[in-house]
Amino acid sequence: MSILVNKETSVIVQGITGKEGSFHALKCLEYGTKITAGVTPFKGGSLFNNSIPVFNTVEEAKVNVKIDATVIFVPAVFASSSVIEAIESEIPLIVCITEGIPTVDMMNVKAALRGSISIMIGPNCPGIITADECKIGIMPGFIHKKGKIAVLSRSGTLTYEAVNQLTKAGLGETTCIGIGGDPIIGSSFLTFLKMFENDPETKGVVLIGEIGGTQEEEASEYVKNYMKKPVVGFIAGKTAPEGKRMGHAGAIISGGKGTASEKLKIMEKNGIHIAENPSVIAETMIKALK
Amino acid sequence: MDIHEYQAKELLTKNNIKILRSILCHSGNEAYNAAINLGSQAVVVKAQVHAGGRGKAGGVKIAKTADDAKSITEQMIGMTLITAQTGKEGKVVRKVLIEEGADIKKEFYLSITIDRKTSNIAFVVSAEGGMEIEEISKNSPEKILTVLINHSYGIKSYHVLKMFLFLNFDKSIFSEFNNLVNLLYSAFLAEDMSMLEINPLILTGNGNLIPLDAKIALDDNAAFRHPYYNDFIDEDEEDPLEIKAKSVGLNYIRLEGNVGCMVNGAGLAMATMDTIKEFGAAPANFLDVGGTADSKRVETAFNILLSDKNVRAIFINIFGGIVKCDMVADGVITAAKNIGLKLPVVIRLEGTNADKASELLENSGLNFIVGNSLADGAQKVSKIVNG
Repeated sequence: MSILVNKETSVIVQGITGKEGSFHALKCLEYGTKITAGVTPFKGGSLFNNSIPVFNTVEEAKVNVKIDATVIFVPAVFASSSVIEAIESEIPLIVCITEGIPTVDMMNVKAALRGSISIMIGPNCPGIITADECKIGIMPGFIHKKGKIAVLSRSGTLTYEAVNQLTKAGLGETTCIGIGGDPIIGSSFLTFLKMFENDPETKGVVLIGEIGGTQEEEASEYVKNYMKKPVVGFIAGKTAPEGKRMGHAGAIISGGKGTASEKLKIMEKNGIHIAENPSVIAETMIKALK
Repeated sequence: MDIHEYQAKELLTKNNIKILRSILCHSGNEAYNAAINLGSQAVVVKAQVHAGGRGKAGGVKIAKTADDAKSITEQMIGMTLITAQTGKEGKVVRKVLIEEGADIKKEFYLSITIDRKTSNIAFVVSAEGGMEIEEISKNSPEKILTVLINHSYGIKSYHVLKMFLFLNFDKSIFSEFNNLVNLLYSAFLAEDMSMLEINPLILTGNGNLIPLDAKIALDDNAAFRHPYYNDFIDEDEEDPLEIKAKSVGLNYIRLEGNVGCMVNGAGLAMATMDTIKEFGAAPANFLDVGGTADSKRVETAFNILLSDKNVRAIFINIFGGIVKCDMVADGVITAAKNIGLKLPVVIRLEGTNADKASELLENSGLNFIVGNSLADGAQKVSKIVNG
């Protein structure tokens, strides 16, 4: 078991012929991901990697292959349109890697997601991976090993840091999700925490947040009220100055709100095990599991 | 990105929102002429810097005559304005806005932001205009009303009515308020703003509603569809090193410490800064070199870090995901040799071929110290700068 994706998941790649899209599609294939089709406008009828059919639209792809999930590598200018295309084609899982989508476009996407059947991960994220089964994204596959811990994060490399430790500590992972670093994202921590609480294989969850917004606070309320599994938390940005965007569009302290210390205080109060620095994430999980 | 008041007002005018007449000036003489041209009884001289709280800090002054406007402008230009939002170093005033006077009956507060929790647009209004909203929110939150606009169907007159009633306006001005709110809402979306703050919004003796001040932040990600964003950049308002970094595609933010940081990924970069602090030193910067971290990029990053004279040691923390660590190490060694790097460098590489990378670094003949983990590296570099 795992959540959302496994070795049966049939995935398409929107933007499969682009530089990023083709590079990572190959990496996903190497990992064992079942990629059944690609989508690039005006490239319909061609083959990617001599084996994967490319279609002009998602709708066209859906007529020809089964689609459980799509991963989007389309440039920011067109990305929101690609997401909405996937929503309207009723693709259950949409993973958007693209960085730099305007916030107003993401508000439109969120409006389209309401009442739809799709779950969206990202944008501006590394994607989702179920260890040793299915990788939909840009994370390095080799650091992941099947095990019992789930990872949820707003970051990329910081997530790999945590995963690497969990693997080396022998805990391993179930499913790891980078939810994205933008102010408005498809799904928040909360959506996936609920799924992990119900996943029998997941024995604990690592939650990696950062400054800006309030989703760590909302997640920690859920942890306190509904979760039996231990959650280890880390927040990046204790030393970040106010009013500056720290790389991620969503990582900003504004009007004194969204600071790391505020988040850590609430998380701790709600029973999340805090890792004081990123080097002790696995160690903190081992203690929390006891 | 933040923009000036005069630029914000250009955007309001472009979107059919009525504001007071004003003229941007760079000298006392320009201000004198502006005051004559505006022809109003009194004019207001407003310092143009990227920070709020100008009034309290002496950055907004009334001039009763054109001569006054000239002398006030002469005093203001070149002065360092320290407001609650500038930090202790303040901001140098280089230009002022000369604006016609207004007959202010009452001041209100109105802002539009994006509510991250619900992914909707939020209006925030208060009858306590002219005060800082953070202060009102702390001391008397009941004086603030937030109205969320569901982005699936947009603003409705009922939303406007809620604000109108809360602000206790006379019903004779409902259509004017309704019109203003709708124009601001459309402007917010059309120009891809991330924040629009009107403080104060004034009610004049004649019963007109006018935005007296305007503070706008624009969404950098939307620059591709607004070519004018580029013209709005004022390099005087930004850290020169941050501008230089941006021009070469690096994400850099200068801080006050002395450990230069070079990291791949924003989250890991923040976590690296935090860990350095935990071990008793202070980061000199945030720097995300991005996924590739090849020798060219690393060299550019070194140059940026070394331009900050406070930097006494460098900590490189790279998690090699898709890229291999020995290639990153190669790049670092080449870059360090090219620029003749003298400062001690603690380097931690994790991922594929990390062992090979350590070997390369140790045999390079350069001043590299290998960190075995993020914490170990942070500890080692902190020890160096703390003697």
